[in-house]
Amino acid sequence: MNEVFSQTYEIRGNDFQNAGKVSTDIKTLLKQLGIRPEIIRKVAIACYEAEMNIVMYAKIGTMRMDIDTEKIKITVSDQGPGIADIELAMTEGYSTATQEMREMGFGAGMGLPNIKKNSDEFKIESTLGIGTKLEITIFIN
Amino acid sequence: MKLEEIIRILNLKIITSEKFLNRTITGGYASDLLSDVIANAQSGNLWITMQTHINIVAVAVLKELSAIIIVNGRNPADDTIKKAEEQGVVIMCSDLPAFKLCGKLYELGIGKDN
Ligand SMILES: Nc1ncnc2c1ncn2[C@@H]1O[C@H](COP(=O)(O)OP(=O)(O)OP(=O)(O)O)[C@@H](O)[C@H]1O
Ligand SMILES: [Mg+2]
Repeated sequence: MNEVFSQTYEIRGNDFQNAGKVSTDIKTLLKQLGIRPEIIRKVAIACYEAEMNIVMYAKIGTMRMDIDTEKIKITVSDQGPGIADIELAMTEGYSTATQEMREMGFGAGMGLPNIKKNSDEFKIESTLGIGTKLEITIFIN
Repeated sequence: MKLEEIIRILNLKIITSEKFLNRTITGGYASDLLSDVIANAQSGNLWITMQTHINIVAVAVLKELSAIIIVNGRNPADDTIKKAEEQGVVIMCSDLPAFKLCGKLYELGIGKDN
């Protein structure tokens, strides 16, 4: 794996004012790097949903993007409550979003399933009381 | 069709980013669920929604939507307006409910062939 580019972003829990900024910055960067639009679309969906989950559920987290000639890898780790039942959390429609979040249009229970759908490889690990880690890989060619 | 062409016909109120009304509309998507819009709206779409809070701006930027139309006579929050201006997101408002507005847009040909 010949590393071409790597960048890490911080995401703060409950910061709805700036939510979506990291995903937007990543998208802008990928455009500048000349990545194909259909690849950028997939990365943007995955990043946005991962970013929003940190904003909604975790205390703080980071999103790290590594790009080489073959793939874009996004590693998302947070410090937060963790997920008790990952299979359940991955089920479309399942959500523990609060009433307030639902009124804002969050909590469809589509985030994690859509991250998986838009990834070529997807890994999720979580420890209760510690946090959650996602590894999202999208191949460029 | 361009944004500026539908404004008069549908009696839309322009709230932000007036200088971008020459954008081309590629179709529309109606939803109040942000994950649904992120997954399914296409670039250049009009987004018809009741949501008024600041997070709609990032969705529009990320999906490169042509405009957000807020329905049912609702108005965007002040921080939504500020952010939308900063990011070049067009927000317009309609007194109609979503179903009627979508029907009128469809009659104009928006979304018929995509
Ligand atoms: N980083 C996280 N930390 C703790 N819990 C999480 C995290 N990400 C997801 N979850 C849990 O998994 C559930 C499902 O997540 P998912 O993103 O699929 O849906 P949602 O966030 O509830 O709704 P949507 O993403 O459609 O707005 C969440 O409701 C939450 O309980
Ligand atoms: Mg989510």
